[in-house]
Amino acid sequence: MSIVTVQLGQCGNQIGFEVFDALLRDSHSFQGLCSKRENEAYQTSCKERFFSEEESGVPIARAVLVDMEPKVINQTLSKAAQSGRWKYGQHACFCQKQGSGNNWAYGYSVHGPRHEESIMNLIQKEVEKCDSFSGFFIIMSMAGGTGSGLGAFVTQNLQDQYPNSLKMNQIIWPYGTGEVIVQNYNSVLTLSHLYRSSDALLVHENDAVHKICAKLMNIKQISFSDINQVLAHQLGSVFQPTYSAESSFHYRRNPLGIDWQVRPPLSGLPPLGKMSLSKDLHFNTSIANLVILRGKDVQSADVEGFKDPALYTSWLEPVHAFNVWKTQRAFSKYEKSAVLVSNSQFLVKPLDMIVKKAWNMFASKAYIHQYTKCGIEEEDFLDSFTLLEQVIASYCNL
Amino acid sequence: MTQSVVVQVGQCGNQIGCCFWDLALREHAAVNQKGIYDEAISSFFRNVDTRVVGDGGSISKGKICSLKARAVLIDMEEGVVNEILQGPLRDVFDMNQLITDISGSGNNWAVGHKVFGSLYQDQLLEKLRKSAEHCDCLQCFFIIHSMGGGTGSGLGTFLLKMLEDEFPEVYRFVTSIYPSCEDDVITSPYNSILAMKELNEHADCVLPIDNQSLFDIISKIDLMVNSGKLGTTVKPKSLVTSSSGALKKCHKKPFDAMNNIVANLLLNLTSSARFEGSLNMDLNEISMNLVPFPQLHYLVSSLTPLYTLADVNIPPRRLDQMFSDAFSKDHQLLQADPKHSLYLACALMVRGNVQISDLRRNIERLKPSLQFVSWNQEGWKTSLCSIPPVGHSHSLLALANNTCVKPTFMELKERFMRLYKKKLLFSLVTLLDIPIPHVLEQAVHFVACTRHFFFQVFQ
Repeated sequence: MSIVTVQLGQCGNQIGFEVFDALLRDSHSFQGLCSKRENEAYQTSCKERFFSEEESGVPIARAVLVDMEPKVINQTLSKAAQSGRWKYGQHACFCQKQGSGNNWAYGYSVHGPRHEESIMNLIQKEVEKCDSFSGFFIIMSMAGGTGSGLGAFVTQNLQDQYPNSLKMNQIIWPYGTGEVIVQNYNSVLTLSHLYRSSDALLVHENDAVHKICAKLMNIKQISFSDINQVLAHQLGSVFQPTYSAESSFHYRRNPLGIDWQVRPPLSGLPPLGKMSLSKDLHFNTSIANLVILRGKDVQSADVEGFKDPALYTSWLEPVHAFNVWKTQRAFSKYEKSAVLVSNSQFLVKPLDMIVKKAWNMFASKAYIHQYTKCGIEEEDFLDSFTLLEQVIASYCNL
Repeated sequence: MTQSVVVQVGQCGNQIGCCFWDLALREHAAVNQKGIYDEAISSFFRNVDTRVVGDGGSISKGKICSLKARAVLIDMEEGVVNEILQGPLRDVFDMNQLITDISGSGNNWAVGHKVFGSLYQDQLLEKLRKSAEHCDCLQCFFIIHSMGGGTGSGLGTFLLKMLEDEFPEVYRFVTSIYPSCEDDVITSPYNSILAMKELNEHADCVLPIDNQSLFDIISKIDLMVNSGKLGTTVKPKSLVTSSSGALKKCHKKPFDAMNNIVANLLLNLTSSARFEGSLNMDLNEISMNLVPFPQLHYLVSSLTPLYTLADVNIPPRRLDQMFSDAFSKDHQLLQADPKHSLYLACALMVRGNVQISDLRRNIERLKPSLQFVSWNQEGWKTSLCSIPPVGHSHSLLALANNTCVKPTFMELKERFMRLYKKKLLFSLVTLLDIPIPHVLEQAVHFVACTRHFFFQVFQ
């Protein structure tokens, strides 16, 4: 069950490096909380999932690195090679000389079509190396030009070329105040396009991760490196192999195969009214929750709290919406760890905020000339706004 | 990685340009310890094998052989350029990339623009095309000139239109030195206003700088250095006005110190494009983020620190001071008051060991005291470059698109009108077939632009 990762732009490449590093580090750290055989199965599965073997024995990441200017890719390649434990493929990167200038339109309408063939070829080569291919993991930011614009274009192409493979996009939500002035435009355009072509959008907010670094980890001078490492850690504990008693290969569950495809009921059907005592507490209503537990005492862990109907929308039984994966093999240096992946109203507020700010700017037509000169017209903006308003409304109605 | 070409026009432009190349060499020498010609250096320099006759064969990799600046030097009198070519930097310039004349423009925009423009049009085009051909991927032209004279102002702006037509995809960043009130060139208001129209229409981005601000900065530095408080000493290389460690050894004229400030501005502006960092900012991102409407492209710049004291440990409070300084008038390169005007957009380009949390903390701290336009309340663009400038552990360049330029431009217009009402020096202008109504039209257009500025902002 192999995953091909596509790292796009400065953010995507910087994070991608940390993710592969964290995955390999974890696969080598055995705490002895499960049997040696279990551990070996885990390690084999992890290696197969994210790395391919070379004659020299150094694992090569199953990744394609894409950026429109060379500095970051060069740095990423050399950092990986320096670690000595793993590296990127020699020909696994696509690079140009001039970046996208924080312009979504440039990334999508200019760089996309221009380099479509080269990039898709690289991805194809990586897919062919997999014995059993399970899907794509695309890492990108929303605020810039390459990750966001070219990322949206590439995802669309993947949808066309590999309609039966799963695509999960890891999106980085920018800080509320300024990394990029046009970040709200870029975000709105990215999200509306990804909504049509991606299977799942896994979101991490820079503000939230920053808070984790400051408050939970007490780091004084937080760098992007720190932030990316926290992110990589979270992603690692989601994507590392999980034990499944169903198949004979115990660690072959498809990590991207989280059942996100939930359809709301047709109107006219009565909602499943399951009132719970704790209805007074205001939870973000969820459509689906996945809990992944690793380490000591997983079998005895009590997850009943996650089955509370108050957490879910009225037209879903908790048993359909909630999943738990338990693995005895511990993650990294933690004796016990838990991850919650949730499809809920949690993102309504941030999404609404971004749409509002983008609309506010759009109303004054500021910066629009930069987009129209690359082929993205005002109608495209309006379409994007409409789609996102619909998404917000759908989530609010849960 | 992309390349940029510097086009230095007129006496002022060439003197600043000379300082720029000097400091650029110093910066790259400090960073590039192994003497390998890498992509960072290639952004401003070609690597040339001087044994090859003629153009000098370009070498794209390997050890540095001989560096040639990606520059075109233009002046309608020979003095300044000759001095450069006899000075310590003579080997850095390509002899084929010069255009000079003897008579000069006589501080007359019309002579620079119309007379020399048409006379040297073909030569200019040829030199510019040559310099573009030497580039793998040309991204930007940096034009350096003054507004008050004849060549820099007239011929410099003639060039702009030419660059727009010939290289429409390449950015045009203009560093313009505006005349101060006590400017000794009487025609400077005429020249400046006539040049402004061209800047409005043909530049992507303009960094207006005035001599008065530069002079004030130097005075303050001198005061600080000479007051010798409590045995603190200033690191010589860290003075933003100094040429220490560069090829030119001493301040020959007071203008040298002022020119070094502008040279440092350009180095810091391009640092994130040349060197690595955790949050890169390329030149095309400057235009994308700071120019919300095509004609509103005037950016007020401020540079900090101006010098570094010799003590090594820099506590975070000192770091925060750097951010506060960037928003103080003492560090601005233009006489204006951004804090009491409206920000349309603001960029912070940080160099050195500064992390995202430092940046965020300071933005949160400074935000409440600054007014941003309603449709861009969080209008901040940030970048982090790991390599600090020579002599400093970190630095900050703030670029603000702010309505505070309006009073500056209005004042210029007033000076223009004072001359114009008295019909002073008209003959100079009309002699060259520039009709009187045309001059007035320029002035009116200019005023309209500044009004347009305000209108857009308060829409």
